[in-house]
Amino acid sequence: MTQVTTPNGFTLDNSGRRIAIDPVTRIEGHLRIEVNVDSANVIRNAVSVGTMWRGLEPILKGRDPRDAWAFVQRICGVCTGVHALASVRAVEDALGIKIPANANTIRNIMHLALYVHDHLVHFYHLHALDWVDVVSALSASPKATSDLQQSISPWPNASAGYFKDIQDRVKKLVGSGQLGPFRNGYWGHAAYKLPPEANLMAVAHYIEALNFQREIVKIQAVFGGKNPHPMWLVGGVASTINMHGTGASGAPINVERMNLITDIADRAHTFISQVYIPDLLAIASYYREWFKYGDGLASKNLLAYGDFPSKANDDSNSSLLLPRGAIINGDLTKLHEVDLRDPTQIQEFVPHSWYSYAGSNAGLHPWDGQTELDFKLGEKTRKTGDKIEAFDEGGKYSYVKAPRWKGHAMETGPLARMVIAYASGNRRVKELVDGTLKKLDLPLTALFSTLGRTAARGLEGLWAAEQLKEEIANLQAAIKSGNEATANTEKWAPSTWPREAKGVGYCEAPRGALGHWIRIKDEKIQNYQCVVPTTWNASPRDAQGNIGAYEAALLGVPMVNPSKPLEILRVIHSFDPCLACATHVIGPDGGELTVAKIL
Amino acid sequence: MGGKTTFYEVVRQRGISRRDFLGFCAMTATYLGLGPDGAGILAHAMQTKPRIPVLWLHGLECTCCSESFLRSGHPLATDIVMSMISLDYDDTIMAAAGDQAEAIISDIIRDYRGAYILAVEGNIPLANDGMACIVGGRPFKHQFDEAAKHAKAIIAWGTCASSGCVQAAKPNPTKATPVHKLVQHVPVINVPGCPPIAEVMTGVISYILTYDRMPELDNQLRPKMFYSQRVHDKCYRRAHFDAGQFVEQWDDEGARQGWCLYKMGCRGPTTYNACASIGWNENTSFPIKSGHGCIGCSEEGFWDRGPFYERLPDMHQWGVESNADKVAAIGAAALGVAVTAQLGATVVQRVFRKRKPEEQAEHKEPTE
Repeated sequence: MTQVTTPNGFTLDNSGRRIAIDPVTRIEGHLRIEVNVDSANVIRNAVSVGTMWRGLEPILKGRDPRDAWAFVQRICGVCTGVHALASVRAVEDALGIKIPANANTIRNIMHLALYVHDHLVHFYHLHALDWVDVVSALSASPKATSDLQQSISPWPNASAGYFKDIQDRVKKLVGSGQLGPFRNGYWGHAAYKLPPEANLMAVAHYIEALNFQREIVKIQAVFGGKNPHPMWLVGGVASTINMHGTGASGAPINVERMNLITDIADRAHTFISQVYIPDLLAIASYYREWFKYGDGLASKNLLAYGDFPSKANDDSNSSLLLPRGAIINGDLTKLHEVDLRDPTQIQEFVPHSWYSYAGSNAGLHPWDGQTELDFKLGEKTRKTGDKIEAFDEGGKYSYVKAPRWKGHAMETGPLARMVIAYASGNRRVKELVDGTLKKLDLPLTALFSTLGRTAARGLEGLWAAEQLKEEIANLQAAIKSGNEATANTEKWAPSTWPREAKGVGYCEAPRGALGHWIRIKDEKIQNYQCVVPTTWNASPRDAQGNIGAYEAALLGVPMVNPSKPLEILRVIHSFDPCLACATHVIGPDGGELTVAKIL
Repeated sequence: MGGKTTFYEVVRQRGISRRDFLGFCAMTATYLGLGPDGAGILAHAMQTKPRIPVLWLHGLECTCCSESFLRSGHPLATDIVMSMISLDYDDTIMAAAGDQAEAIISDIIRDYRGAYILAVEGNIPLANDGMACIVGGRPFKHQFDEAAKHAKAIIAWGTCASSGCVQAAKPNPTKATPVHKLVQHVPVINVPGCPPIAEVMTGVISYILTYDRMPELDNQLRPKMFYSQRVHDKCYRRAHFDAGQFVEQWDDEGARQGWCLYKMGCRGPTTYNACASIGWNENTSFPIKSGHGCIGCSEEGFWDRGPFYERLPDMHQWGVESNADKVAAIGAAALGVAVTAQLGATVVQRVFRKRKPEEQAEHKEPTE
């Protein structure tokens, strides 16, 4: 091919100069991006290559379903806990276990704390250096930086002296010649647009956010004992409540613990509203053109499974604080129903992935999937020695499978959630989105872009910080009313289980829709499969040639200097990739296959 | 290399008083168990040493080790990264990507041969010519080999790098292999845990920088200062174990009283880690304190020692001749609950006395 149009409406041209970015850094896991640029350095073709797999599903086979959460939690240590949550929900669904109201609230609290933490760390530590020139901060006036800070926020760390100290610290670092994580950065790149003062302010907040983020996750540590990778429990939560009686001080949840999480939630909300959101708006105002670049699938197809049940054991949209649904072809007036159990809705395809299906290229629903590792490079792959210079997207080129919803490539993540909540009339989300667009003087369609994605994540971070306080108050109220139950042990013993069962558990991970499908037989896991957010977003082409969200979003993006791929990092980081693992592997006995990819 | 920034200079620049700095040294020295002179030695080192380059590579992993490291409260991760070491390569946080990132590795190997620390998070898949983890278009194994060969020392972060962890659980489809099995002639420190405790990670680094030597290691290459005692030894619920007061099911009265989780499968008695002493997230909690048993995540092969909710003496795979169900059954019938617990304790102790030599032999063999 030189030029083709995909069925989902994108024009690809691979005739221009080919550039590879590998590793894509400031993400979780291993990802490679290749693009072709035209003579004006505009991206005309994009190839997303997932370059790792770990094989967790065959490992799960034959294990106790109550242990599964601990295994799958290790899929990702950045969005820690999301796989565990999906897993306990899948097992509870399969076995018909109802959890107590407090367990539901505590899970919501843990999950919201993760949202706040993860979005904050993504913005400052994974994404900010795409927009912020650290070296430029050295030429800022501390006084002018102080003025800028005070003009956008009541945050108290705003004196000229404070910014002078930060600047001296950066000066020292740069002056030492040992730049550490800032070494070989794209400093001075023409695509950086912030004035030195905004850069200095952002660098100060990079450091502050890194120091503060460790506080937020203490909420997970209170309920789960540690973070990363807190402890979960099928049937509820293990963090027992003892508010009034003997032994309360040695119990997991007592009045001191509640005070601790209340304090942290308050401080987190302050940090998000006084630092993150004002910075986001300030930075966005200097990069308005990035509300045009990087749309891809965003203005077409969005998917969310929904999350945060306000009522335990009720995952209808009337219970979910963030709703479930799909938007197709950009029609925000119609929210399609999404059913994770329907074999015709979610399917996965592998013609361009390093797996093969026996005898056919048809899509398979995760409950019925079968996958065999098939690491094969396309014939146009270019190699020098042991190094692959360019993959061949005409052949197999990724460990990521291609999931489709009713045949559509979909984008998932904070943007999808915010837009779907907006479309479904969620009042607080509408306020947040409309208010922000008004401040930036942008139309709703501006959301479908690189900075739209980044802004949606920030707004969702604020929403989560608000909701976190509310859920803590809900827990407090339940305890006050005399309800201290945290676990349902009626079906804890495997002898109470049916001989065969299957279930699905899902949640909205910070990066998007996450589903786990389990089959249980004779008290053991027979089959376990995960379809994770980055599988949707980093998807390679499918049999019809439809491209996924990363590949689509890169098209049309102009680059200043293709050898210094700052613009590609901006687009890809706006999705917050999590390439934790890809695990479609044949079962050890060569018999029934355990499926799953995890990306 | 230009000017040499010391840790002390940078904290002073940030307005931290000398008094606070010395207080920090004293606290860190106490955690490290450095004895009465420790604080002084630490303070001296932090005021005089330039920053050592660190390459932090990622193999098959989940990035929980990096995340844990960033949670460190003393020292703060920002202080370590900006002041104590020069973290020149870490794909999780570094500004550069692609060619600019790859160049750093070759530059450091060239400029600091034998003088940089290699930190490895995750492990190395050997199946399928190592193509289960491709970095820069090449198998991760190749990048790892080059960086390992010329390192001064290697820190294997977490259970993945130390002993394999989840992707090496049976049947280990990618043939994920821990660091120490692929390295010769360069000292390796294993810092296990899934993930390791943040202050253990930063404590290991501070110790190496302060004393300019490796911490004393046990036969599994773990720093003895953090991994020589069981979670059970220091558990705040230990008195309930000794008194025979156990949680019998989730959310029962014993659970609300903070009784011992041994019967719920707690692996505290077989897990060598500092969770019960140093604690997690600046001593906010640790799993047992939050009501869930330890799953033994710092122990080699712990994934294959489940189910996690089955109590320890049922575990036959360690060569235990008598399992505690038998002991417990006799005890329960004849002696009642409290005595059962004591018998259980005796059995556990015996298991551990027996286990040590077997452990040593076991760790010389590569895992599947």
